[in-house]
Parts: sequence; C-alpha cells; structure tokens
Amino acid sequence: MVSPNIPPGAGASARATSSLAPIADVVIRFAGNSQDGIQAVGGFLARLAGRSDQEVMTYMTIPSTISGGPSIFQVRIGSGEILSAGDRADLLVAFYQHSYESHRASLRPGGVLLYDSAHVTPNPDDKEITAVAVPMTAATIEAVGGSSKEKGKNIYVLGLLARMFDLDVTKLTQLIKERFGGKNEDIVRNALLAFDAGYAYPAEHLSHCLFRLEKPVPVAGGRPQVTTDGNTALTLGLLAAGVRHGAGYPITPWSSIMETLRTELPKYGGLFVQCEDEIAAASTALGFSYCGHLAVTGSSGPGLSLKMEALGWATMAEMPLIVVNVQRGGPSTGMPTNIEQSDLLQAIYGSHGDTPRVVLAPKNVEDCFYIALEAARIAREFSTPVIILTDQALATRIEAFDEPDLPKLMVDLKPDLAPRGATYKPYPLDEVRRHAPPGSVMGSGKYPTVSGLEHDELGHPSANPAMHMKMTAKRREKIKSVAATLPAPELFGDQSGDVLLIGWGCTYGPIREALGRLRGAGATVGHLQLRHIHPLDHGLEEIFARYQHILVVEINDEGLYGFGQLATLLRARYCIPSIGSITKTDGLTYKVSEIVERVAKKISLADPAAGMRKQSVLAMPVRN
Amino acid sequence: MSAPAVPLAPAADAPRASLTKKVLVADHPTWCPGCGDFAVLASFYKILEKLNYPQEKIVTLAGIGCSSRFPYFVNTHGGHYIHGRSLPFAAGISLGRDDLHVFVFGGDGDGFSIGGNHLVHTARKNPRMTYVIMDNSVYGLTKKQTSPTSPIGFKSKTDPWGALDQPINPMRTLINSGATFVARSHATQVAHMVDMMYRASQHDGFSVVEILSECVEFYEGAFDSSIPRKGGSWQTIELRKNDGSPEDAARHDPADELAAFKLALEPWPGRFGIFYENKTRPTKNALERKLIANTREKTKNASDLELLSKTFARMR
Repeated sequence: MVSPNIPPGAGASARATSSLAPIADVVIRFAGNSQDGIQAVGGFLARLAGRSDQEVMTYMTIPSTISGGPSIFQVRIGSGEILSAGDRADLLVAFYQHSYESHRASLRPGGVLLYDSAHVTPNPDDKEITAVAVPMTAATIEAVGGSSKEKGKNIYVLGLLARMFDLDVTKLTQLIKERFGGKNEDIVRNALLAFDAGYAYPAEHLSHCLFRLEKPVPVAGGRPQVTTDGNTALTLGLLAAGVRHGAGYPITPWSSIMETLRTELPKYGGLFVQCEDEIAAASTALGFSYCGHLAVTGSSGPGLSLKMEALGWATMAEMPLIVVNVQRGGPSTGMPTNIEQSDLLQAIYGSHGDTPRVVLAPKNVEDCFYIALEAARIAREFSTPVIILTDQALATRIEAFDEPDLPKLMVDLKPDLAPRGATYKPYPLDEVRRHAPPGSVMGSGKYPTVSGLEHDELGHPSANPAMHMKMTAKRREKIKSVAATLPAPELFGDQSGDVLLIGWGCTYGPIREALGRLRGAGATVGHLQLRHIHPLDHGLEEIFARYQHILVVEINDEGLYGFGQLATLLRARYCIPSIGSITKTDGLTYKVSEIVERVAKKISLADPAAGMRKQSVLAMPVRN
Repeated sequence: MSAPAVPLAPAADAPRASLTKKVLVADHPTWCPGCGDFAVLASFYKILEKLNYPQEKIVTLAGIGCSSRFPYFVNTHGGHYIHGRSLPFAAGISLGRDDLHVFVFGGDGDGFSIGGNHLVHTARKNPRMTYVIMDNSVYGLTKKQTSPTSPIGFKSKTDPWGALDQPINPMRTLINSGATFVARSHATQVAHMVDMMYRASQHDGFSVVEILSECVEFYEGAFDSSIPRKGGSWQTIELRKNDGSPEDAARHDPADELAAFKLALEPWPGRFGIFYENKTRPTKNALERKLIANTREKTKNASDLELLSKTFARMR
C-alpha cells in the first residue's frame, strides 16, 4: 500500500519538542456524538500507551439511546501509576456546541480546548482556558475527498494529537492499519489520509499547545503490555480458567461478555447458548455444570434478580457455577448505561432461604482477568455458585496491564466421570463433595438425584428438622471455609492511623489516588480493597483495630439507616461503631477530589487542598 | 489439549448385564393410590428395559409438581430442578454431553404455565431429548387450583364457580412451537403409552409426549370421555403406511403439519397417537457440533494456549 505518511520523527525534529519540559501524564476528554468514533480514537491512544509501556486508563459514557446522542471518552496517559481516569481534563476535544457546553466544566483552569470551528463557538470571554479552533470537519473532507459525511474526523483529530503530544507516529499508523486492515483498502487509505492531514496541521496554529509526554523507564525483562476493557479481560479470564460452556441473555452492560464467549468458545471446542430469558440462561448453565462442565452465566442487575431461584437451587444441590453480574444503575431498568454498585446485598442475600454463596469483586480491568480464575477455582473446589460483581465502569473502560503468563495460568478442565466407590454419598455432612455427573458409574449401584428439596446425605428428600439444621450448617460452614483459601488482603498506605478507607470494585483507583492526597495533607491513611465480599477475608478485625476511623467508599445509596451496602455488612459483621460510609448515586465513578473532600470533612482535616497541591496529577503547566 | 470439551459419540460399550426393572426401581413413589402417574412410571421402566442403554448414561429430570417427583423413583442419574425450568436445565445437559440420553418429566402446570416460554423455545431450538408431560388438568401438589389445561367450568379452589379461562391446547401449542415430535397418549392405555414413549426416544430431536394422567384426588373422572370402560371413546391416530392402497390416503401423515393442526383442533377428547414428526430439521446438538467443527478447522486445531496467546497478542 502506498501511504503518503510523513516519515516518523520528521515533524518532531521540526518542532524541536525536546526543548519542552516533559509532562508526567495527561487527561484528554473527547466529547461528541456516539457515532463520531471517539471511542475509536480513545482506543488508539490507549493502545499506543500500552505499546509504549505507559500506564493508561479510560472512562466513557455511552448513551442508552439506540443511535446517536452525546457521548464522551476520556483517556489518561502517563508514565507513573495511573489509578483513575482523572478528575478534570487537561485537554477537551469538542466536536459540537453541545459537547463544548456540557463539558467545558470538566476542563481544568489553564487547560486547552480544541474545537471544531465549523460547529463550535466558544465563549470569547472565557480567559481561564486556551481555546484553539481547528476546522476539523472541513479539513477532513478536504483530506479524504468526496462526500461531506465527516467520516474520519476522529482520525484527523488523532493526527492532530499526535502532533501536539509528539506521539509515536509509526506505532499509531501501525495501529490504524491493524484496526482497518481487514476492511477494504480504501478505508485504510482514507484513515491514513485523515491522520496525515491532522498531523500536518500548520504548527503555528498549535505553537502554544505543544507538549512532550515523559517517556517511561523501560522495565527490564517486563512482560509486554496489553490494552483492553474489563468485560474482555473477564471473558479471557474465563477462557484461561478452563470454562468452555455458558448461557446468557442480552442485557447491557453484560452483553459483550456473552457475545465474545459465543464467538470464542467454539474455537476451544466449547459452546455458549443464547437463551430465551435470564432464568433459562441460569438453568442451561446449571445443566452444563451438572453434566460435568464448569459453566458460566451472567447478567446485569435486573437479570441477576431473575436468576435468583436457580441460584438457590445451585446452593441446595451444591452445584458449581460462575455468575457474572455487571452492575449498573438500579433499581428496575434504572440507568442502564451508568455506574452503580448497588447489587452487593442482592448478590449475597438475593435468593430465598438461607443461601450461602461466594461473592467476589475485581478491583480493576486487569483484576477482571484474575478474578475469573479465582472464581473458577472456588466454584470447583467448593461445588458452589460464585458471583463476580463487576460494574459498568470496569466493563467499558480500557486499561493497559502486563500480559498474563498464560502457560502458567491456563487450566484444562474435563468432566470427572470416574466411577464412584460403593460408599459414595452425594451430600456428606462432614466434607465438601463434588457431585457425580451423569456418565459416572456408581459402585453402590444407587444413582443419585441432585435435588432442590432438602435431602439426606444420599440425596433422598428429607423434611426431618434435625437433618435440615445439619444440612443448613454444612452449606454455611462450606462457604465459611472458603476464606481460609484466600490470599491476604492488600493494605496500602499507612498500616495504622487516622483513617482506613475501604473500597470494592471500581473505586480502587480513585481511593488509591485519594490516599496519596490525604497523606500529603498530613493525615495517616490506609486503603483496603476488598476483593472477597462473601466470605470476607480473615484478619480484618486486626486491621480495623489499628485505625480511628473506618470509611467505606462505594457507589450506592446510604439506605434507611445511613450506610452503604458494604458498610452495612461490615458493621453487622464486626460491630465496630467507627465504621462509617461514603456513598453517592450520581451514576459516575468517584472523582479523587470527591473522596478527599468527604473524608476530610468526616475526620475534620483542616486543609485537604494541601495534599492536592503536593500530589497534583494536573501536571501540565498552567498557561496564560 | 483442545480435544472438544464435549465428548462426541460414545465409545462402544463393554458387555454388561441388561437393564431390568429390578435395577431401575428406586424410592417408592409418593403418589396417591390410584394416580395415573404410576402407569407412566411403569411404562418408562419398560422402555428403558427395551432401550437397554448403559445405566449411567441415562438422565431422568423433572421440575416441580406431583409428577415431577419422578426422578427419585428411577435409579438413574437424576435431577429434581426448580418449577417450570427443567427444559432449559435439560438442554444444558443434552448440549453439554452428546453421549447421554435425556428424559424430562413434568406436569401441565410445570410445562404449560410457569414453563410455557421454555416449552416454546426448547421446541424452537430442537435439542435432543424426550419430554413427557403428565397432564392431569389440575394443580395436585398444591391441592386443587385451576391449571392451564383445566377446562372452562372446572370447579377448583381458585375458581369455585368454575374456571373462566380458555385452556391450552397442548398439541396445537407444541406443533406451533416447532417441536419435531408431538404425540399424545393416556395413562390407562399402557401399551399405547409405551409405544409413544419408545418412538419419542427414537426421535432425533425434541420429542414430546403428552399423557393424560388422572388425579384421583382433585380431578376424578377428568379423562373418562376417552376411557371405553367408563363409556368414553378411545380413538387412535392411524398413521399412513404409504402402501398405495386407496384407504391409505385417509390415514394421517405425521410429516404433514397442516393435517397435524387439524387433528389438534378436533373436539375433546380428541385422538391419541403421533400428531407430528419432522425428521428433517437438524437438532441444535448437530448444528452446534457442526459450528464447533468448522470453527476448529479454521483455527487449524490450535491448542487452547495457542488460541488465547494469539488473542492477547492482538491486544498488545
């Protein structure tokens, strides 16, 4: 293919960017409509960062409307550890007037607004930011030629950013070729034309907004970085864990997991079934598990509710199953494309009856991969349903992380059809027993029925009160015993002191970052991220005892009694009055500043801003 | 590494003792004396004896209801699942293991009411399994409420003045849903019942037999109109023999969907036998197996590790 590309480095030397002081990290927000392909641009930047060993995190909102509607994509790239997508943007790319108006407030003082001069008229009196007009639409049409359809202006902007931030053009054009390479050649050529046009935008118009990102220090012998979103990481984790069967029903934001499983599993000799409803999906998955495969089903909030009866059966019949719940704003249809962590108590207690089961929560995109492996291990070892509570934020955001060591991690599962001995009991009271899938010959000559009825050790229905008490206790003790097999929880920051911040799920990054700022402001603060929600990790009492305040940060409502869902659980479990709660329900991830301010208020910290100044992530110099 | 995760055709079985009723009997049924379900159970033992599958390869499943206690009474691998959902559960077993023989039992409430949607979709997907619906036209386990097949005017605890709602026509529903084998029998006609269940077991796809099975406790006499010794008429469906004789044209061709609908619309008590059989529609088992084989071929039978490593390499 003939590409009119500018040779790599040519632009850079002309601009002498090396004379610019390097910046540690940058937050770029793209605001447009959902069909503008801004996710694609964000994705290119995220993958470029991954390939350059830079840390990256993204954040996006997708409208729940079918087509169109405002959409944003925020990407933060840096050479240090990137824990959140950034509170405020250093650079805002606005495609339309509404994009500018809705997101001007997200731009920090001194930030840069890059806008399409065809569609946006910024407030001329706004002196707090630098506004740069670029004829994105016209220039794209001119570069690509032909229709006035504006397709490709996202790639034009990518070229522009490559120029502004001295990005690696060779790697970016390679990414563009990979992305569009499968399509017809015109598409690749047009994309490269748009990119080159953006890159070639006359430098004098950009002279006051050229930057150089600090180059990361290469890690010797480090693993290559991969860049993906949480739903994909979780799906690949399931594949690594040996899960080859599953069933589901479409619901946002779970659907992309089932789509990927449906297309990937046949490659592995496996099978994913799209069912008529959530109940059928849970049931088909349990059928797979019963016949000897470790199966997965999944959903989002309302769908998990529908699966609850089947999950009750799985606890009673002691059947292994992985259940993924990608949480979203509830109740009911709620805010299906927004972020909320309001299914925690449902996950633990949502079924009828006493239904102990395991609940896990990954802390970031990378952890979505590893938690799937952990869930599979527990489900099999303890013959139990395991719910993975992820959320809309983890599901859709993109992060770069070390490629997993697959040869070490991959698990090969096969149905265990070995003959069972003459003394085999399907439900012994004193031990965890995996069920005998059909196909296994029973040495006793007695074939078991897996049952939702209360039963004796041989699986016969039993309404004997003593037996029900024993079996209830057995199922409880089984799940309690999972805790002994869990790795110790990670405690960040001060190991004792004023405040312990507790998080679960997607709050991990913002809490970690808030930790730094609070400590910078003089407080002694620790951070504990709970990945195991049910059962809880051993040894938490000792950790709790070392702090004056314990604050649980979560994205759900404070409820009738003033505490979020995990805080409620921890207060009930540990009876510690100093366990407090920081909650919110705006459908967005926590900003670091939100956590810092609310913690400061709770513990009466005099000047939280002191920490902000020291630990500022807003590394770009303020310009006049 | 990447042998298909699902065992394909079972290996030739080693010589073994034949399956007898003695081996197949498990817990004593909890049904009331005189319940039609006893005869269904006896017929099931008979066809299992005849089929003589390896005992460990037979799976007996059910949902919830009187009839759904079935698995406890049969000495095979069994599952007593939740109300109305036994079909998707069974589908997972059938699709997950081609070497198993899957039989599902249930009642009219389980199949046509709470499980109605699953019945329609299982029929549409056509997984390989046999489903026996023991229809007594009343909720028995919960002690006499109107069921989806209770006739208009049936007096129950929920309709003491007589049922108001139009009952389901099981044959019409099943044919319409795309079930590939649809038959109807009667618990008082054991030979017919055994014949229908056996033929259902031989069908490659989703085969359903509805069996009128009287609840002597809560709906006595429900099916007398098709019991000759009680003054009813027992009319079976004569199947086409394709012998070229003039009378053969009047016999029923089970491949003829329209003719099957006409039979299903005959007034109560209607006829008994095979209403419909579609031998050409592939099973979901076969379709998924083909999809897997084609996909594996495209990957050139790469190992699991190779496949996943490649996926990660694309994300670098």
